[in-house]
Amino acid sequence: MKPTTTPIAPADPADEAAMRDLPTMRRSLGREHLLTTVQMAEFVSQGFLRFDELAPRELCDQLMAELNAGLYKGYETEGARWDEVWPEPLAAGRIFRLPRVRGIIESLVGPHPRYDHHSPHLRTGPDIGHQRLHQDAEIDPRPSGFDIQVSLFPHDVPPEMGGTLFVPGSHFRRVHESVIGRYHNVVGQVQTVCKAGTIVFWHTDLWHAGRANRTPQKRYMFKLRLNPMVRQLRLWNTDDLCDPAVQQQVRKTLNRAQPWQGQESRLEKMQRVRLWREITGDPTFDLNMYWTRTGNAPQAGYTPVDG
Amino acid sequence: MISAPAAPTIGLRQKLLFLYLANSDLHSAVVAWSTFDGTSQDRPDMDRPEPPYATAVEAMRDGWRVIQVSPLQAPPAGREFDVDYLKHEIILEKLEEARS
Repeated sequence: MKPTTTPIAPADPADEAAMRDLPTMRRSLGREHLLTTVQMAEFVSQGFLRFDELAPRELCDQLMAELNAGLYKGYETEGARWDEVWPEPLAAGRIFRLPRVRGIIESLVGPHPRYDHHSPHLRTGPDIGHQRLHQDAEIDPRPSGFDIQVSLFPHDVPPEMGGTLFVPGSHFRRVHESVIGRYHNVVGQVQTVCKAGTIVFWHTDLWHAGRANRTPQKRYMFKLRLNPMVRQLRLWNTDDLCDPAVQQQVRKTLNRAQPWQGQESRLEKMQRVRLWREITGDPTFDLNMYWTRTGNAPQAGYTPVDG
Repeated sequence: MISAPAAPTIGLRQKLLFLYLANSDLHSAVVAWSTFDGTSQDRPDMDRPEPPYATAVEAMRDGWRVIQVSPLQAPPAGREFDVDYLKHEIILEKLEEARS
């Protein structure tokens, strides 16, 4: 598969070959770069993780120069191996393959995910209206597994520049793309106001919208979508998974309702439990007996315990 | 027989307020909202962090007329625990003079 763009200088063929030869399941870096269990619970609960100034400013400046030079088109290598997109020294490849960035990606979708698409979202400003709230792509009916999207903000985004808006906890909602555009304001929605180099890693079904850029400057948000190519089972650093204090924090995090969920917050928590069971491989995990209770069917095979 | 409206509506335009509530009770908290203003050319107000009213009843007390309430429906079999669109949608209207 050809890279999206032509590299500025040839990449080291030996490095590229070594990367291609890595088995799909083998990790490319150490566990110290992976997410913790509590961070994973945060992702499951709110549908995204934000890391401020994760990419160094000099790489962001390089990326801005490359964006303004038109080096990045969108949707050019759909289905490629992500490892082969944007060979170094292109800034996007250098940023997304920083160990601290790659560790987060591998924690969520495993080593060597598939490149789905990217899009350098540009709002030239000053514009007057916000983008409609939407969920990307089509209806996502998958009962398990999830894609991620990575939003990189390569320059400072002050409030008037209108960074991406997210609705925390909306990633389990099965809706059809921008049909939710009728919803203009949701209690608890968050706008990404940040410094250059901030990256948001989000469940691809999270509701979001680009906010109006009220300034005359260009505003970029570089988005990348990745598909997992392995089962998403304990991909993060699970060294602390059985720690009782961590388990307590996980339960607290998964039990935290979002202010917009109202009467349906219990249903939302059931979705979180289902995903937590899936990614931990623990089918007995539950909150408040939600699934345990509704799945109880003694008539289907109850065996009395000997007295 | 068609009866005359209670008040003349010539020159009046519709403003719609969509409220999404935490519960089917119109006293429950507003969790999302939208406005559609037929009286002006203004863009929808999407910059306010707080809802315009705490509840639907509070909006009614301010003169908004409820014109539709979402029905209570049991989920289809097999989809009892699924979540999708916001429930408890209340549509309210006001009729006002058009603004230039």
